[in-house]
Amino acid sequence: MSENETMAVYCGGITKSYGIGEARVQALRGIDLEVHPGELLMLVGPSGCGKTTLISVIAGILDQDDGECVLFGQDLKQLSHNQRVVYRGRNIGFVFQAFNLIPTLSAAENVAIPLLINGMPMDKAISRAFECLRNVGLEGRENALPSQLSGGQQQRVAIARALVHNPRLVVCDEPTSALDHETGRRVMDVIKNLAVNSDRALVIVTHDARIFDFADRIAHMDDGRIEKVERNN
Amino acid sequence: MFRIALKMLFGDRGKYLGIITGIALSSILMIQQPGILISIFTTMYSFITDIGLPDVWVMDPKVQFIDDSKPLLDTQLYRVRGVKGVEWAVPLYKGSQRVRMDNGETVGCNMLGLDDASLIGGPAIMIQGKLADLHQPDAVIVDEAGAKGRLAKPSSTPGGKSTPLQVGDSLEINDKRAVVVGIARATKTFQSQPIIYTTYTRAKNFALSERKLLSYILVKAKANESPQAVARRITKETGMAARTADEFKSMSLWYIIENTSIITNFGFVVLVGFIVGAAVTGQIFYNFTLDNLRYFGVFKAMGATDRMLRWMILLQALLVGGVGFGIGAGLVATFAAATRDSSDLTLKLNWQLLTGSGLAVLLIVLLAALISVRKVLKLEPAEVFK
Repeated sequence: MSENETMAVYCGGITKSYGIGEARVQALRGIDLEVHPGELLMLVGPSGCGKTTLISVIAGILDQDDGECVLFGQDLKQLSHNQRVVYRGRNIGFVFQAFNLIPTLSAAENVAIPLLINGMPMDKAISRAFECLRNVGLEGRENALPSQLSGGQQQRVAIARALVHNPRLVVCDEPTSALDHETGRRVMDVIKNLAVNSDRALVIVTHDARIFDFADRIAHMDDGRIEKVERNN
Repeated sequence: MFRIALKMLFGDRGKYLGIITGIALSSILMIQQPGILISIFTTMYSFITDIGLPDVWVMDPKVQFIDDSKPLLDTQLYRVRGVKGVEWAVPLYKGSQRVRMDNGETVGCNMLGLDDASLIGGPAIMIQGKLADLHQPDAVIVDEAGAKGRLAKPSSTPGGKSTPLQVGDSLEINDKRAVVVGIARATKTFQSQPIIYTTYTRAKNFALSERKLLSYILVKAKANESPQAVARRITKETGMAARTADEFKSMSLWYIIENTSIITNFGFVVLVGFIVGAAVTGQIFYNFTLDNLRYFGVFKAMGATDRMLRWMILLQALLVGGVGFGIGAGLVATFAAATRDSSDLTLKLNWQLLTGSGLAVLLIVLLAALISVRKVLKLEPAEVFK
């Protein structure tokens, strides 16, 4: 087994630019990064430094111009469009800054979506969603609509949705930026306790310094490059 | 995911109702106007439809449609009877007569003079009396709409309610007395005039001023002969025009279509219905998709395939199309049922019309879905992080 295959994420020399001609913006300028299973890595840096672009490439929803991105031994560029979509559905969980819960669906239905996408019948998916919502402390709120939940509760629903299908990689984009300090830390507690295990890796994009202490390692980015990666003590 | 797609649709109640309303209104326009057109077309050849027994109608070669009868000499009947393949041939008088009402007003009526012996061409449905009662002296049968409407006995007091004609009432036709012996149900005519049935001989008496009174000769082909062949033979041997009932209906219909702008006018309204439906429905449905674009992006990021997203949007479109069309068609059908017995022009629905309008609605929702699907499929899933 090669070293790449034992890693959760291996990025080597990744570049990405947007636009053409004078409007061309180089978002990533040769990113080298490794994330190990069981690790919580935070990508931090100022706005526009390329964090979101990098997480999009890692999550397989954006093609890099150059370089290699390997998830658990699978080079995503080797997969066809449909294969990559299916790979994403089975192996990656998403937590978004704005939660992105479907407003017309209940909490349980929102959580069940990744399972339904993967072909699980509705009743089984809902049953599993109830279980996940219990795990994030939302027992009794399963049938509530997102609008009936607080910001912290909505983010916990989003976390349950990201974990319900037991993905090997969870990517979170600014998971606490829409929350107050205390709620943000509670949400991070949930993420740390439920999402991190020896088979799974977490990559969190944030500029919220108040939650840096939850990271195992922190990768500092600036101007499309990783400036340094430091281990959190 | 289909249940999720439906919940997304039903959850946005305002847009859902907007799309449904748009499709329902469009369906109403696309069903109601052709429904009236069908009703008009039906009345154009209602005489031919109501007289169902003969296979062939013989007429003057210059006749262009059913109400354009040009009288023949009575002797022509015997020439037709002599043609090979004719089982029987009977005369039919069809003309306009004026009926004088008790208050002095006159009402124009269609008079049908039926063969005295067989009464072939008489009404199929009698509401009061019997067809055979036409053999009584001065007997006439009046159609139900005429009896309740324009031939109803005027009230003796100004503004009072008129009384429908009944069996036993008398009428004055061309200064001659007629006695109502029956009330019959007949399909309304294009001119919406009352219909008076009597015998051929009596019709000649009512219309004494006319020299030739034979409007049509109704022919039954022998069992082993095709009506078309008999019709061609009659034409060849007598010089008169002979047409099967279907040919005569078709000829009457095409005459009206070619000589009026009826199809253009009704077609325009139907086209407007389609365009309005497509524009309104397409716009609202597209807006609905745009509002949910972020969530479709989330689905894409989470692993929903293009095929799955296509089906979700198609299901939403088909559902709103089905519900909207159902409401529209239901409202038109209710209106048609409620006005069925009206003496005015009514609405006729048939399966061809419902299928056609249903397909038009299907086309509208498929167009709306196509535009939405394109937008969703072009969406980059990475947009969800922005």
